[in-house]
Amino acid sequence: MNGLVLFSRRIWPQLLTLAVIVGLISVMFPGFFDISIANGRLYGSPIDILNRGAPVALLAIGMTLVIATRGIDLSVGAVMAICGAVSAWGITEGYGLFPTLAMALSAGLACGLWNGVLVALLGIQPIVATLILMVAGRGIAQLITEGAILTFNHEGLIFFGSGSVWAIPTPVIIGVLTGAIVTLIVRRSALGMLIEAIGINLRASTLAGVNTRVLLIAVYMTSGFCAALAGIIAAADIRGADANNAGLWLELDAILAVVVGGTSLLGGRFSLIASLIGALIIQAVNTGILLSGFPPEFNLIIKAVIILIILVLQSPTMRTVLVFFSSDKAAGIDSEKQKETVAP
Amino acid sequence: MPQSEASQPLLRARGVRKVFPGTVALDGVDFSLRAGEVHALLGENGAGKSTLIKCLTGAYRRDDGDILLNGEIIDPKGTIDAQGYGIGTVYQEVNLLPNLTVAENLSLGHQPTRFGMISTRAMNARAREVLSQYGLDIDVGRSLSSYSVAVQQVIAIARAVTLSGKVLILDEPTASLDSHEVEMLFDVIRSLKQRGLGIVFISHFLDQIFTISDRITVLRNGRLVGTEATRDIDRVALVNMMLGRELEQEVRSHGKTHAGPGEARLAFTGFGRKGRIEPFDLTIQAGEVVGVAGLLGSGRTETAEVLFGVAAHDSGEARRGDGTVLRLTSPREAIAAGFGFCPEDRKTDGVIADLTVRENIALALQARIGWMRRIPDREQKAMANDYIRKLDIRTPDAEKPVGLLSGGNQQKVMLARWLVTNPSFLILDEPTRGIDVGAHAEIIRLIEELCAQGMSLLVISSELDELVAYSHRVLVVRDRRHVAELSGGEITTDNMVRAIAAPEKEAVA
Amino acid sequence: MNARLLPLAATLVIFLAAYAVCYAQYPAMLSTRVIGNLLTDNAFLGIVAVGMTFVIISGGIDLSVGSVIAFAGVFIAVLLRDTGLHPLAVFALLLVLATLFGAAMGATIHFLEMPPFIVTLAGMFLARGMAYVLSIDAVPITHEFYDQMQDLYWLMPGKGRLTLIGGLMLLVFIMGGILAHRTRFGMNVYAIGGGAQTAALMGVPLGRTTIAIYALSGLLAGLAGIVFSIYTSAGYSLATVGVELDAIAAVVIGGTLLTGGSGFVAGTLIGVLIMGLIQTYIIFDGALSSWWTKILIGMLLFAFIVLQKGLVWTTAKRRIAGG
Repeated sequence: MNGLVLFSRRIWPQLLTLAVIVGLISVMFPGFFDISIANGRLYGSPIDILNRGAPVALLAIGMTLVIATRGIDLSVGAVMAICGAVSAWGITEGYGLFPTLAMALSAGLACGLWNGVLVALLGIQPIVATLILMVAGRGIAQLITEGAILTFNHEGLIFFGSGSVWAIPTPVIIGVLTGAIVTLIVRRSALGMLIEAIGINLRASTLAGVNTRVLLIAVYMTSGFCAALAGIIAAADIRGADANNAGLWLELDAILAVVVGGTSLLGGRFSLIASLIGALIIQAVNTGILLSGFPPEFNLIIKAVIILIILVLQSPTMRTVLVFFSSDKAAGIDSEKQKETVAP
Repeated sequence: MPQSEASQPLLRARGVRKVFPGTVALDGVDFSLRAGEVHALLGENGAGKSTLIKCLTGAYRRDDGDILLNGEIIDPKGTIDAQGYGIGTVYQEVNLLPNLTVAENLSLGHQPTRFGMISTRAMNARAREVLSQYGLDIDVGRSLSSYSVAVQQVIAIARAVTLSGKVLILDEPTASLDSHEVEMLFDVIRSLKQRGLGIVFISHFLDQIFTISDRITVLRNGRLVGTEATRDIDRVALVNMMLGRELEQEVRSHGKTHAGPGEARLAFTGFGRKGRIEPFDLTIQAGEVVGVAGLLGSGRTETAEVLFGVAAHDSGEARRGDGTVLRLTSPREAIAAGFGFCPEDRKTDGVIADLTVRENIALALQARIGWMRRIPDREQKAMANDYIRKLDIRTPDAEKPVGLLSGGNQQKVMLARWLVTNPSFLILDEPTRGIDVGAHAEIIRLIEELCAQGMSLLVISSELDELVAYSHRVLVVRDRRHVAELSGGEITTDNMVRAIAAPEKEAVA
Repeated sequence: MNARLLPLAATLVIFLAAYAVCYAQYPAMLSTRVIGNLLTDNAFLGIVAVGMTFVIISGGIDLSVGSVIAFAGVFIAVLLRDTGLHPLAVFALLLVLATLFGAAMGATIHFLEMPPFIVTLAGMFLARGMAYVLSIDAVPITHEFYDQMQDLYWLMPGKGRLTLIGGLMLLVFIMGGILAHRTRFGMNVYAIGGGAQTAALMGVPLGRTTIAIYALSGLLAGLAGIVFSIYTSAGYSLATVGVELDAIAAVVIGGTLLTGGSGFVAGTLIGVLIMGLIQTYIIFDGALSSWWTKILIGMLLFAFIVLQKGLVWTTAKRRIAGG
């Protein structure tokens, strides 16, 4: 099928990168692929990569959509902290599992709504608009936890962090399910195309009758929702809400995952699958360094190197020479896009 | 007016040629500017005015031809370099920095310093002194953005003249000024003329050109139509140079008479928006093509934008033929009412460059039926292939990003986008601009076909004989006002030219 | 009043009003002691915020500064521990390194035409990673020169101490103000923030200026690192996480437009002081929790961003008729 060919051509650089990294790790650490089952749950390094990578993968889902509209969401880390705090608070106050989850997810949606309104209605630059919640968000989370690490023992909630279904860790399932559902919604409906249209040319999309404001708000709300899921997982994992450290700097990892996934920061064509692979690449590097006995401090340097490589590959100057991470994009179109005035 | 007729021209372009992929933007154009004259440069969009200016200042590399300054060949490498030769340019959108003060704008890059420190006092004093030559007594310590566009224009001119001093190129400096401000600007231009500068003046306001210029050069489609002394030419002749066809080309001299008393499909009464277009009345009948004629900036695009809700109307109302009132304050509402709109600037307002031909064609229909009900791939493909065939869109397949297509094919994709929504009223703004001759004819044929199928069309064009060919009625727009409506036998290029050229009786408020 | 002074005036009014509220409740807050501490405690933040002011006025952003401060601390501590170099020599070495680091980011931004956000993000990871590589554990600094520097202060009337680092911050603000408002470089920074394309058309050297802006930010981040090491007598690779956010917040609360082109170095000083004042107030109060700092700063950020958006709208609509 034509679509399948296009799809595989779109994600092969990411798949190849992931394969090379996993290959390298398994050479240096032969026991890498050992997977065992204990207490009805899978254990092993590949599982660990999936499990640890789940929060960033979740954030990357929302972030991909936001970046596709030419935006950015700096607040997702703070939103994670808020939603983790809400879920810990809800469960310790005795609201029960489902009301608590509903509250946490609503908090995420509300944060997304706030960002979306600032961007779509007030016309504030996304990076500026989401900075506000990035700064204030942790304060709000601390307000909810009253500064302490709010711990809980509710098995139902803990299940979301360290439980498993059919031996697969719950975070992995949530990540995969969310990825699948969002991909289905976005690609089975017309949302995907409309989001790309907004990101490529906001004015022309408005003139073609696309409801750009509503879509922008919806996209930021999706990002908030994904951050809420990640926040619940992070809190459930450590059985407590740590307003200071939950999701700290994960917004940067999420942005990195999207960029590694080949979605341009200048908006337009996006691939959720590629972003998810991007998140796995980042986590594989983390795990690999840990396993291979290198000090974990190399992690950040490697991330920096990854960004630099991508910068060079994606830069307009290089684009004309090398078309690598975006296989079906015309060189030069992006640099022109930068100059366009964006008017709502 | 002191004018040294005999001396060689101050600035001269000889056989300048510039080719862009797909189009010849300038085809061997000659142009000369004398010291102490105001030389108007005229032409419609795409005629090559801006390209000529950019070749003169070196912003574009020309493909052929010479630039001579005082008889010597020069080769400026860019705006800054041209300044060094004495050629300064002021663009329509003021090319100064709104966040800096007036004095800073005037002196940026040349600030008076003492021990490496800028002396604000000296800088401001110098700025006041410079501006006083232009009759401007303002607080130079305030940011530029706190002054009106007219004042900003004068400051931009002052900077250009200070830095260059021989040639001043004014690219549509009056586009957003009122008549009082234009007068102020003209005083400045006259005093510069006295000082012996050569001034190139680009504008599409005929009144202004007749008021200020000494000579006029007209370009059309990248070619030189002619250069005339202003006192030797009248408005009708000038409009003919700009819009008219060469005489040998025989075209139908009058428009179609409407087949019958068609039912009124849409009626706009007192429709307008302040600062854009004066309120106008307009009825559109089923199966009718209404042409809109007027010069660039006359209010023709504004008419389309107000009708389509791009700039929401602030007076009047729109009704359907059956009398129901229509809400038209956004493109979405207009589309819901069965409107479609192909804007003039395809690149920024029309196509979504990175999306495929198929997606671009499906976009408006998809936006109208909502994101939930995605048009199935098969249908999208069928739709796209259907129109690729019908409109003869030259693309290898429907999955090609539309940005890679030529202008004419992009225009057809835009048309296809609206045709799949099956609109009852389609607005086309310059549908044939910047596309090759073959595609041109096809689009005209298409307009006639659509009309025959009962669609109503409003077509804006600067090709008058084209309007004659397909219009049942023609609106003439001038100075942001609908000034005439021609129908039936009245639709001739001559009549249109006369209506466009008719001088204003009173100054616009 | 001049519209470009409005955000600065708003900042000043907020600062004075906040100080009045503090004074009304705790008269002790108007002592030179508190003021001296305010300057000392926020010295490193103030210095780094000056660099950030230039970056933001030019329309950019520098996420790397927090990591650079941490790197500087560890670098100094490790070199003083492992080599016999004099602290001043180490400082010089560090400042050269930090400046080159900033310049490299500026060059990447200019030549690869990539958003400053993502380039300085890489810089943030890189600097933090290098700090980790030097040492994961906190390295104490014990050098008599450090003791001497810490003991240097000027006793203000009222027993308040203007310490060396507090004074250094004020000096950096003065120099920064001169650089921004009195030199061609400063003017070019504003010009680029007002519109890079236009600025280039008017003869502003884009590449050179961009590189210099980020080099300056790097230099000041390095200097802030030195100050922080004097303040804490240690180098720790996990220190000053998120200082870039505080610096950005101080700059914006100081009345600088986050989209570039407008702002004052002096405003940033007030922004830093407002943030310090909020913290001091919360400490004085005792009952209030520390998280209110973040929430209040977030609210101030929001208020200033909306104020500036509103200003842009009104100036676009209402222009003084000239002539």
